[in-house]
Amino acid sequence: MQAPTLDRSPDTAETTRKLRVATASLSGCFGCHMSLLDIDARITELVKLVEFDRSPITDIKTCGPCDIGLVEGAVANSENVHVLRELRANCQILIALGACAVNGGLPAQRNHLDVGEMLEDVYRDIDEGLPCVPDDPELPLLLDRVRPVNEVVRVDYFIPGCPPSGDTLWKYLTDLIGGRMPRLDYDLFRYD
Amino acid sequence: MQGLDDTLGQILTAHRKDPRRLVQILRAAQSEAGWISPEIAAFLADELCMPISRIHAVVQFYAFLYDRPVGRYRVLFSDNIIDRMLGSVALRQHMQRRMKVGRGAVSADGLVSIDTTSCTGMGDQGPALMINNRQIVRLTTRRIDEICDLMRDGAPLEDWPSHYFTISDRIRRAESLLGTSYVPGKALAQAIELGPQGVLDDLRRSNLRGRGGAGFTTAMKWELCAEAEAETRYIICNADEGEPGTFKDRVLLNSFAERIFEGMAIGGYAIGARHGVIYLRGEYDYLRAPLEMKLAAMRQRGLLGTNVLGVPGFDFDIEIQMGAGAYICGEETALIESLEGKPGRPRIRPPFPVTRGYNDMPSVVNNVETLCKVVEVMRIGGRAYALLGTKQSTGSKLISVSGDVARPGVYEYPFGVRIQTVLDDCGATDVAAVQISGAGGMTLAPHEFGRRIAFEDVPTSGAFMVFNRSRDMFEVARNFMHFFAHESCGFCTPCRVGCALSASIMDKIAAGLGAQYELNELTRLGAVMRTSSHCGLGQTAGNAVADTLQKFRPDYERRLMAGDFAPAFDLDAALERARQVTSREDAQAHLEGVA
Repeated sequence: MQAPTLDRSPDTAETTRKLRVATASLSGCFGCHMSLLDIDARITELVKLVEFDRSPITDIKTCGPCDIGLVEGAVANSENVHVLRELRANCQILIALGACAVNGGLPAQRNHLDVGEMLEDVYRDIDEGLPCVPDDPELPLLLDRVRPVNEVVRVDYFIPGCPPSGDTLWKYLTDLIGGRMPRLDYDLFRYD
Repeated sequence: MQGLDDTLGQILTAHRKDPRRLVQILRAAQSEAGWISPEIAAFLADELCMPISRIHAVVQFYAFLYDRPVGRYRVLFSDNIIDRMLGSVALRQHMQRRMKVGRGAVSADGLVSIDTTSCTGMGDQGPALMINNRQIVRLTTRRIDEICDLMRDGAPLEDWPSHYFTISDRIRRAESLLGTSYVPGKALAQAIELGPQGVLDDLRRSNLRGRGGAGFTTAMKWELCAEAEAETRYIICNADEGEPGTFKDRVLLNSFAERIFEGMAIGGYAIGARHGVIYLRGEYDYLRAPLEMKLAAMRQRGLLGTNVLGVPGFDFDIEIQMGAGAYICGEETALIESLEGKPGRPRIRPPFPVTRGYNDMPSVVNNVETLCKVVEVMRIGGRAYALLGTKQSTGSKLISVSGDVARPGVYEYPFGVRIQTVLDDCGATDVAAVQISGAGGMTLAPHEFGRRIAFEDVPTSGAFMVFNRSRDMFEVARNFMHFFAHESCGFCTPCRVGCALSASIMDKIAAGLGAQYELNELTRLGAVMRTSSHCGLGQTAGNAVADTLQKFRPDYERRLMAGDFAPAFDLDAALERARQVTSREDAQAHLEGVA
């Protein structure tokens, strides 16, 4: 793995600066964000080390320059693409978080169906039975296939799991924040 | 339908309604009906008392079994890199234009379907194609035009000019195997004189090692099988020569078949087996009838059958079973699965076939060439045999030379021959690379041409593909990666997913959308496949990419784009279908190509 790590060597001013972290959920279930909350009381330790930028946790909608970006969910529509590109452009290190971000996950189950036929089947006029797919410009359009995030932007790290546990995220983030190459032991991957 | 049921009934009877013969039954049914329709699948499932899912699993696993209609003429172009270098892609496109049919599709009138298939073992006389299980070689535009006319006229294959189907041996250099006269039965008589233990002892002295690639000591394999407690044993000849660029077994099966049979009989005598099976790859279907005739002649001479050579109680006979287009069946446990009528997925070992193989009985699986060498060992004796070659690689080796050479064909050398010697003999000039031992083997660059072919240095199953400086080694590796992605049996994740991902990354680089990131990914995936795949296919699938990345890196780097990363697909085009059904054309309904 040739992904970057953060320079947190003790003799630089970097050690004292709080790292900025952005998070986003694309087409997912927010389960990975729930896991982030699942680190429980350790979140108070975390906020001593980092400051949250754009994130459902802070409700900030746009992203500024950050050190770490965490992306949950797959890329299923045009808005997902915009959010993902914004994160990639602003984050030094981008992490694909959970099965949907890594592989496409459950949202990608629609990939063997035609997206047009699917929309027409879902949106049918109750009386006439004719397709009436919403066309409001505010609605993001669906991509023909759901993609894992690394097919749309470059990704530095992948954390598998559906969702990865709170302990997994804690270990990963503390390694990264400490300037170490993140390592996950086998027991953090085991689900049976 | 009644007529078809009768035909199927006859096929089933011929195979004793044995579910273990499912692959053979399906091949026979398909040659009658053209494809395995749902009705045929249901009928067979019923008659064989097996769930229909088992029929589907087998049909879908093998490339030459079809679960949807194909053309009355099924044309399959051999798609190895060597065929491509000889112009197979343009020839296929020419035929597709003339017959008005897309790749992988059936023409509107159901007359013809055109597709590609993995290497058909004709690298010395390509470009090659298969049509309804027959092989046609040395294709030219003119020959393709003639074939198109014959197909349009609906001429049966038997009426086509016979020279279309002529396959030459092209033996260019002969040593102890190809260059020695053969007296049928002499080696077997010698074996009987030595007695079973004597044969094993002599074989051990010869230090003969398997010619399929892994190089396991033959004597040890036979001894382990002979020692296993069992009521019956099997000698299996692996004639599933699927390694891209290999064709030496084709020559042996065509012109040296009696030695193969006799080698099997000697094995049967030594380990106490009464049954021999030849697993012949589907691509070599045209060799089946001649082989059956030669088997019948051997029986006539008393070299097969009951009381062979008049020895009371020494019964040994050989049957031929056909493969159906699956490279993985060259792996011995996958081969055994296929013989038992299942999809060819490698077994978990141990137990090894020598203790639990075909029908759960101890089985020896030997390569075609190995069995010929057994005859040689009997003829000259183990000690004399061991004098040829190198210390750990005794005897001679058949090499299938193809690619950018003046004289492609089969070359026999004592083990220890230098790569450069082979190149000089076959008339190769301006060589950039040699691919040894097939798609999963080693890619050697000119500074390595002093290395020797032997288990101690460069081991090989026999393929020797030569590329001159005009060739693009990236395209070579990409062809091999697609081969493995197609041939992976799908059993284990590292191979199934790793091959598919690697192939799509190679395509992305080919499209000019790759960056350093993709090269890193290829290296990382290769390491995962090598260390965690279930069998040799996955473990070696990344070799060509790894070797060419290291030795021919400029071929990769000149394709890389300047930026950091780009998607392999067009994001805006990915919204097109949704734009259609919403009739939207506003600014938000589009995506910029690059962030």
